[in-house]
Amino acid sequence: MIQFKHVHKAYKVGGREITALEPCDLQIPEGQIFGLIGHSGAGKSTLLRLINRLEEPTSGSILVKDQDITALDAAALRRFRQGVGMIFQHFNLLSSKTVADNVAMPLKLANELSKSQIRARVHQLLERVGLTDHAQKYPAQLSGGQKQRVGIARALSTNPSILLCDEATSALDPQTTGQVLQLLNEINRELNLTIVLITHEMDVIRRICDQVAVMDAGRIVEQGSVSEVFLHPQHPTTRRFVYEDEHLDEQEQLKRFAQITGCIIKLTFQGESTYSPLLGEVARHSGVDYSILNGRIDYIRDTPYGQLTLSLIGGNTAAALDAFRAADVMVEILRP
Amino acid sequence: MSSFFNNVDWYDIWLATLDTLMMLGGSMLFTVLFGLPLGVILFLTAPKQMFEQKALYGILSFFVNVLRSLPFIILLIVMIPLTLLITGTSLGVAGAIPPLVAGATPFFARLVETALREVDKGIIEATQAMGASTWQIITQALLPEARPGIIAASTVTAITLVSYTAMAGVVGAGGLGDLAIRFGYQRFQTDVMVVTVVLLLILVQLLQSLGDRLVIHFSRK
Ligand SMILES: Nc1ncnc2c1ncn2[C@@H]1O[C@H](COP(=O)(O)OP(=O)(O)OP(=O)(O)O)[C@@H](O)[C@H]1O
Ligand SMILES: [Mg+2]
Repeated sequence: MIQFKHVHKAYKVGGREITALEPCDLQIPEGQIFGLIGHSGAGKSTLLRLINRLEEPTSGSILVKDQDITALDAAALRRFRQGVGMIFQHFNLLSSKTVADNVAMPLKLANELSKSQIRARVHQLLERVGLTDHAQKYPAQLSGGQKQRVGIARALSTNPSILLCDEATSALDPQTTGQVLQLLNEINRELNLTIVLITHEMDVIRRICDQVAVMDAGRIVEQGSVSEVFLHPQHPTTRRFVYEDEHLDEQEQLKRFAQITGCIIKLTFQGESTYSPLLGEVARHSGVDYSILNGRIDYIRDTPYGQLTLSLIGGNTAAALDAFRAADVMVEILRP
Repeated sequence: MSSFFNNVDWYDIWLATLDTLMMLGGSMLFTVLFGLPLGVILFLTAPKQMFEQKALYGILSFFVNVLRSLPFIILLIVMIPLTLLITGTSLGVAGAIPPLVAGATPFFARLVETALREVDKGIIEATQAMGASTWQIITQALLPEARPGIIAASTVTAITLVSYTAMAGVVGAGGLGDLAIRFGYQRFQTDVMVVTVVLLLILVQLLQSLGDRLVIHFSRK
């Protein structure tokens, strides 16, 4: 769907070149929600804005549906952009236009539908995002969550196949964030829309993304399915994000382990096994005693998962580990 | 009371008021006609803007600064040959409009440029991302978003023009300023002076409150 081939981006600042994106190869499959996470200045916005050519790549090519968009002329680029929606952290709605006129704007610019067709489409979109009552209000009269829903309706008006979200929920409170994420999740399913989403919260990735790329200093340092990256983070940056999400401090945890006896393991359950009564069963059969040091049961998009950190004392540790593995539970030995 | 106003010829006052209004209306029309596009071009070609053009911006900016730094009274005199060329006369309402426009356009253009700079860059970007052409960005996003600022700029410009028309009276433009100078100043007819000043004051007040009302009406923030 979206393919980066050795895309490199450098900005010229006062004669000096600043690399914002190291040569990068990337594939974003159709219909997925693709998350980009990284610290401030990592190059997330740069990467995202290359997709609709708000930024021009310094070198490399970007293919969208097998079309090299870096080769488009001005008119073709405008047509291409009509097929790519975008939403922003600060919404970027026109304060001089009503909600309905904001949503109608891309349609008016495209100039393909009649006035009555536009009106019908705007009504349909406002209904979809639950804002029909606010059609004639101005953005200043809306809450943040409502503004972002106007932004989403506006971005969807031309029936795009791609939606780009640059920190779409960063300016919202947790509850409103949840609602906006829910809406993005639904439209991704309903419209088979490919969504590329920037965030610096692992929680957002975990809740709605299929795949994730972790960025650090202009590089993609880790990439894969969310469950893979989230449950088994490799790169230090990724680990930091995951631990942040779990409100854990890696160093702190290691210090605590030093005072605990026994074999310390981390179990990862996914899908069905999450709710099975495995722990007691294994303990009975292998004769180990366990204490739970840490634990969490949650969802990755719609799949439940659980992670438990245990210390095993006595009994047959090896047999216990085998039993866990046999039940499709991923076992990591943190300290033998 | 009537003895205080015994130099005042109300019919003359009426004619002079009409002249002032015509000068104001005519010069305001052309000022907006030339100043708005000039302001947009200044904005677009300025450093770090959409169509950064260092040379063009430099030239326009210099030209605007020169016209703005020239005292209006000097501009009035310097402009006489050019005015003759354009209108065939350097006197009366027609003779006053070219120097008024020349004096107010650069001023208005700068104010428009400033108003456009106030528009959130994110909005321009969002409009670009929708696939808008440059013309569409200007007409559908920039100008509507800057409308309150441009109205405020027009108000300030119109009021400046009122004071310019009074000055234009010096070189035979007619209007209230002319009356004030010829009768009030040169013949010491204080009553005429007072009446013209009060009328100018009322005009300025009206313009200001109209402008303020429009700004409030179009500000949706
Ligand atoms: N227009 C620009 N001119 C010069 N440098 C830029 C420009 N835009 C971005 N940069 C630089 O490129 C790097 C990447 O910026 P980018 O905006 O992509 O980061 P980001 O990951 O989106 O960060 P944030 O989370 O703060 O939004 C930064 O070092 C930034 O300073
Ligand atoms: Mg960013």
